[in-house]
Amino acid sequence: MRPIIRQNPSPPELPDFRNLGTVLRILVAVNGAAIVAAVIQAARPELWAGQLLDNISVLEPQLILQLALLYALQPWLARQPYATGAWLVAALTVACGIAVNALIDASQIVRGGDLLRALVLGLLLCGALLAYFRLRARALSPAIAEARLQALQARIRPHFLFNSITAVLSLVRNDPRQAEVALEDLADLFRVLMKDNRELTPLASEVELCRQYLALEKLRLGDRLQVEWHLNSMPGDALVPPLVLQPLLENAVYHGIEPSSEPGVISINIFFKGGDVHAILRNPYQSNGGRHHGGNKMAIANVRERLALHFDAEGTLASKVVGNAYEVHLRMPYRQSSSTATADPNRRPAGADAAPGTSPKSNGAPLRFVANGKVSHG
Amino acid sequence: MVEAPLRVMIVDDEAPARRRLRELLDDCTGALPLAIVGEAANGREAMEILHAVTSDLVLTDIHMPEMDGLELARHLLKLQQPPVVIFTTAFHEHALQAFDVSAIDYLMKPVRMQRLLAALQKVPRLKPLSVAKLEELPASSRRFLSVTERSRVVLVPIDEIIYLKAELKYITIRTAQREFLLEESLTKLEEEFGPRFIRVHRNCLVAREAIRGFERCVGDEGDAHWEVVLNGVTETLPVSRRQQYVVREIGRENQ
Repeated sequence: MRPIIRQNPSPPELPDFRNLGTVLRILVAVNGAAIVAAVIQAARPELWAGQLLDNISVLEPQLILQLALLYALQPWLARQPYATGAWLVAALTVACGIAVNALIDASQIVRGGDLLRALVLGLLLCGALLAYFRLRARALSPAIAEARLQALQARIRPHFLFNSITAVLSLVRNDPRQAEVALEDLADLFRVLMKDNRELTPLASEVELCRQYLALEKLRLGDRLQVEWHLNSMPGDALVPPLVLQPLLENAVYHGIEPSSEPGVISINIFFKGGDVHAILRNPYQSNGGRHHGGNKMAIANVRERLALHFDAEGTLASKVVGNAYEVHLRMPYRQSSSTATADPNRRPAGADAAPGTSPKSNGAPLRFVANGKVSHG
Repeated sequence: MVEAPLRVMIVDDEAPARRRLRELLDDCTGALPLAIVGEAANGREAMEILHAVTSDLVLTDIHMPEMDGLELARHLLKLQQPPVVIFTTAFHEHALQAFDVSAIDYLMKPVRMQRLLAALQKVPRLKPLSVAKLEELPASSRRFLSVTERSRVVLVPIDEIIYLKAELKYITIRTAQREFLLEESLTKLEEEFGPRFIRVHRNCLVAREAIRGFERCVGDEGDAHWEVVLNGVTETLPVSRRQQYVVREIGRENQ
C-alpha cells in the first residue's frame, strides 16, 4: 500500500494510463517512431509509404492491446512502487509483443516481423516513454505546479471593488438591509479570492460564489444585467478548480454588458454529459465594444492554464462568436470528492498525478445538484 | 451678497453611483450653494440635456456606454459656455495620467464628501480643459463628431458618416440625410479613425463600408480617372491619381 502520509518529497510515480493526455502522448510518440523507422528503413521516398504501412500493421495491434491492458491495470499499477511498476510495464511490453507476433503468424494476413527485433524496439520505446513521463512529472512537480497555480490565482478587476463599494454606500441611507446583504456577498467573494486556491472545490460552491458575484454586479448595473441559470443536470459535487467560472462571468459582464446601455442576457448552462462536466457561458457580443481592449484574453488564458494544470488534456476551454453572442465552452472531467482523495494531504494538483480513486467515473448518473433551490433564476 | 448657486450635472452609467453623488452633493449644500441641474447615464444623454439647461460643472464617470467621459469632455467644449469637467473614477486611469495634476481634478470612487466639497469650491477658479490637452489623451476614437449649428451642439454618429471632404476652412460631413460643417483637420480625423475611412483624394476621406464600387470617367480634357460610387448618396467622388491603388485594394476585397 502507498503510505497515506509522506514526509519526503513525493517519490516518482507512473503516469496515469487512464488520462487522455497520457494516452495521446503515447500514441503520438509511438506512431512518430514508426514514421522515423520507415524513413530509415526504406531508401527511396516512394517506398516510405509502403514501409510505414508494414511497420504500422505490426505496431498498431501491439500498441492498442498494451494501452487497453494498461488502462485496465492502472489502479493496481499505481499502487506499486515506481521501480516495480516500471518493470511491470516493461514485462507487459514483452508479453504483448509475443502475443501479437503469435497472432500475426497464425493469421497469416501480413508477413510477421522478426520477434526479437520487435521486442528490442518495443522495450527501447517503452523505456524512452517512461523516462519522458518521469521528466514531465518532475517539470510539473507539485512545487512547481503549485507555484504556477499561485501565480495564476484569479485577480478581480479593482474597478469592481470600488464600484461595488460605491453601490453599497448608495444603499446605506435608504435601504440598509440590502446594503447588509451586499456587504455579506462582497465579504464571501473576497474570502474566496484571498484564500489559497490550489485545491479543487465542489462545483456547487463555485456556482454559489458566482451567484453572489452577479448579485453585486446587478446592484450596479440594474436591469442592464439579466442572468439566466440552467443547472438542472449540474453535478454539484464535481470537483473543479476554484474560481474557474467567476473570472469568465466577470469577463462576460465587462465585455458583454457594460459597453451597452441596453439590457443584455448572460446565460449559464452547466450539465453533465459523457462523463464530463460542461459549462457554457454566453453573453451578448458587442462588435463595437472595442473600448474594452485591455485584458480581453487574459481571463480566458488564465482559466485555460489552470485547467491544464489540474486536468491536463481532459480540461478544455473554447470560445467563439455565435451570431450576436460570445460563447465560452468549458469541459472538465467529472471528479468527485472521495475519502481517498481528501485523506491524502499531498494529493497533487496536476491531472497526470491524480491519486487513485479520483479518476472520473463514467457509470451511473451523477448526483443531482442539491443546492439547486438556493440558486435564483434570473 | 448672495452667490448664484453652482449648477452641477451628474453623468454616470450606474444608477447607484449617481444616487451616491446626489446624496453627497446634498450634504455639501450647507457649505456651498449648489443645484443639481441634470443627471445622465452616458455622454450622449448629457449632451442632449445640455441643449436645454446650462451647467457650470459636469461630474462624469469615464467608462460609459455610447459615449464615455473623455469624449464628452471634448464635445462640451463646443458649448457656448463650456462647463468645468471633473472626472469620477473607480481606479487609477492611464488616460488621466497624461494630465499634470494641476490641469485636472478627478475624484476617486467611493467619493468622500470633503474631497468633493474641496473640488466644488475650486470650480470658479478652474478653466475648462483645452482641446489640445484632451487630444493628447491616449483615448480611443470618438463615436460622434460635434458641430455647432445656431448655437446648438449637434452630434453626428461616426457610423452614419459617408464621407468627409475638406473645403477651404471647413470639413463637410456627409450623411445619407444631409451635410454638416466641421472645423477640424482632415489629417487628424484620418489618424483618429484609422481603417474606418479611406483617403481617395487629398481632400477627401470615404467610409469603407459606404463604397459600392468605382466608375471609370473621362474628364473634359479627355483624361480618364476613377470615381467612387457610394451607398446612400447620388454624387460620386473623384479618386486622385496618387490614391489609385485604393481602387484595386477595395476591388479585391469586394470580390
